[in-house]
Amino acid sequence: MPHPTPLLLGLELSGTGAHPASWRRADSRAEDLFDARYWVDALRAAEDAGIDLAFLPDSGTLQSAGALGRLDAVAVAARAAAATRRIGLIPQASVTHSEPFHLSKAIASLDFAATGRAGWEVSVAAGEASLYGRKPEQDDRSRWQEADDAVEVVARLWDSWEDDAEIRDAATGRFIDRERLHYIDFAGEHFAVKGPSITPRPPQGQPPVAVRAADPHSTRVAVRRADLIRIAAPDLETAAATRAELRSAIAAAGRDPNRVRVLLDIDIHLADTADTAALEVAQLEDWIATPAPATVFHIGTAAGLRDILRRIETDCAADGVVLRPLALAAALPHLQALTPTLRERLGLPRPASRYAHA
Amino acid sequence: MPDHRIRKQIHLAAHFPGVNHHTVWTDPGSGSQIDFDSFVHLARTAERGLFDFFFLAEGLRLREHRDRIHDLDVVGRPDTFTVLNALAAVTTRLGLAGTINTTFNEPFELAKQFASLDHLSGGRAAWNAVTSSDAFTGENFRRGGYLEHAKRYTRAHEVVDATRALWDSWPADALVIDRERGIFAQPIPQARFVSDQFDIDGQFVLPRSPQGYPVQIQAGDSDEGREFAAAKADVIFSAHGELEDGRRFYRDVKDRLAKYGRARDDLKILPSAGFVLGDTEEEAVEHARHIRRQQVTPQTAITFLEQIWGRDLSAYDPDGPLPDIDPIDDANITRGRVRHARDPRAVAEAWRAKAAAENLSIRELIIATTTRQQFVGTPRQVAVEIDHYVQSDASDGFVLVPHLTPAGLDEFVDRVVPELQSLGSFRTEYTGATLREHLGLRHPQQGTTEGVRAS
Ligand SMILES: Cc1cc2nc3c(=O)[nH]c(=O)nc-3n(C[C@H](O)[C@H](O)[C@H](O)COP(=O)(O)O)c2cc1C
Repeated sequence: MPHPTPLLLGLELSGTGAHPASWRRADSRAEDLFDARYWVDALRAAEDAGIDLAFLPDSGTLQSAGALGRLDAVAVAARAAAATRRIGLIPQASVTHSEPFHLSKAIASLDFAATGRAGWEVSVAAGEASLYGRKPEQDDRSRWQEADDAVEVVARLWDSWEDDAEIRDAATGRFIDRERLHYIDFAGEHFAVKGPSITPRPPQGQPPVAVRAADPHSTRVAVRRADLIRIAAPDLETAAATRAELRSAIAAAGRDPNRVRVLLDIDIHLADTADTAALEVAQLEDWIATPAPATVFHIGTAAGLRDILRRIETDCAADGVVLRPLALAAALPHLQALTPTLRERLGLPRPASRYAHA
Repeated sequence: MPDHRIRKQIHLAAHFPGVNHHTVWTDPGSGSQIDFDSFVHLARTAERGLFDFFFLAEGLRLREHRDRIHDLDVVGRPDTFTVLNALAAVTTRLGLAGTINTTFNEPFELAKQFASLDHLSGGRAAWNAVTSSDAFTGENFRRGGYLEHAKRYTRAHEVVDATRALWDSWPADALVIDRERGIFAQPIPQARFVSDQFDIDGQFVLPRSPQGYPVQIQAGDSDEGREFAAAKADVIFSAHGELEDGRRFYRDVKDRLAKYGRARDDLKILPSAGFVLGDTEEEAVEHARHIRRQQVTPQTAITFLEQIWGRDLSAYDPDGPLPDIDPIDDANITRGRVRHARDPRAVAEAWRAKAAAENLSIRELIIATTTRQQFVGTPRQVAVEIDHYVQSDASDGFVLVPHLTPAGLDEFVDRVVPELQSLGSFRTEYTGATLREHLGLRHPQQGTTEGVRAS
């Protein structure tokens, strides 16, 4: 059965691209990486091409190879908010060292600035404890347990103002109805937060939360809390099986699986011909050799990628994808060819011509 | 023509009128204090007026009065970094200043956030480092707890020093970006910072930003606060706007600079100030009176009084006399507000004497005692007065606090700025690109003044 809605198209914007040598390409604009224009141009190109969601990865640690340095992802999303109109802005933000209170108001404020287009990809930070000098390095289990609490706290803070809390009642002199503001009174193993938020409830109420299900710990948090679950899989069959497993787990956790979207990561390199794409990737690998991709990948034309997207749709391998260009600048001009037609948006298949030979 | 170059140039900043009792939210012209459009309007107006920067205050827990959330003033504000980054998209020259607490933030994260803002805005970031914090605010943070006053400034020094160590860790010429040879950057050294509170060791994630460091602002008033400013700040946002008091403060702080090897011009003093304009002086005065009565509603007047008296006074008539019962010591009656009386009985005595001498009701007394520096008059009068304050070293300019969101600055920019320009004390165009340049401040990595003094 085809999906009732077309696949969600996500794009991950990571520096000059997911390949560490991508900055060496002539078209990489590596000189502009720390300039707002680079990010606004890329996000606008993605938006104009009809991409639904922009994922902005982040980390506190410096890359070990390739282009070095990383702007704060929430900052990039905020900088692009007023310069874009439709694309969803989903910065990654780690909860291992950051305060949930700060994160909650940052994403809520992004939602205000982008008038309802903000999301948040929850991440944890490994190997950053020495940058903070505040608490010892944790193991993955502990980090994701803490993340579970942090997502709960952020969600409660977003709800801590009821939508109509601001009353501006001149007669009684009351700006808000304090009965519609709520202490969240969260107390967990890692921290306690009183609330309410200082920021009113954002336009979306709860901006969508994305989690990468990469191991049992993160998968548990994804199943309990995410609206968007990112997965990696070596092929579409595995993706379909993973999606089915996740949906059962979501149901078992008492949530409706139809309200959670599973997004499959696809590493891509697009060019006008498959040969050119292959040659360009060979050049990247020649500059810096990388391990084989850990997920579905496509090196070729946009038409070829569209075929894969259609198969994902018919096989129910995922509810959407996150395209990860090896070289961002090379991918941008081809994205337009991936976006669905009107019939696809309507969930209608392209019919064969009645006159075509059987 | 007078010689304009010898006149001291005025620096102006715009305070977003959010959470406080200055905002007249009952006015029909009062818009949202949260919707991004409000920020856009005020910031663009400030930029049209050639202001140095746009300023956001911060509070990290909703204020409470008598154990309930305070509901009389504007409540609710967005995240500082998010708003400033978003504003960078709709302005080109305006400085973007955020108040960010040093107690409930970590140096590494602050360094990354401010460097990102400075990169993404092309060198327009400023950081008002405040220390105010207590267990009440701490309940929203995993650090929890409370730092006593002296420790707060110790931590503030350490936080600022640590961020600077991180920013300095990238060599100025770190980025090579040589595609042929495949060299993106020089090796990035480890950043190392060790103090009482921090043991930071690792590589920082960003190259030096256009301003090197964001412009450093300070807003505390204690002796420790002033020393912190003298040692580290580029700008003081002060509450000393009145002429004589302003001069005393100005001298006091500027005198402290030499001991840190800094010149008097390295630190700009910008008090907060309100303004009310009219076509005639009488009209302006009348308008100001009207605004003050909207700011201090009957309910607000009683709340103010309760802060001093430390007890429930809701049974008293705001248009009647002051209570004859004595204050009790309840330091916690209002929480989340910085200002509080240290000796409530003495304040009550003084207020009773003033009310008796001037025959003031509760509300009239509160209006009289909570009025802060404001310039009231025709646009020409206001311009001449502001200029007089600056030329006589009561300040280097002002952070203007309009009473309306978001249009509260429109009239000032349209009518007072041209008057200031005609006096020769205010720029007629931006001559630099960065906030440091607008303020005529040194780049931290250079010994010379890079900025062109405001023209
Ligand atoms: C004009 C002015 C504005 C201030 N704005 C803020 C603010 O927005 N947020 C905040 O937490 N503290 C604010 N403060 C408080 C101070 O920055 C400072 O941290 C506090 O007063 C304690 O320091 P002190 O004892 O040196 O005054 C402000 C202070 C002044 C004088």
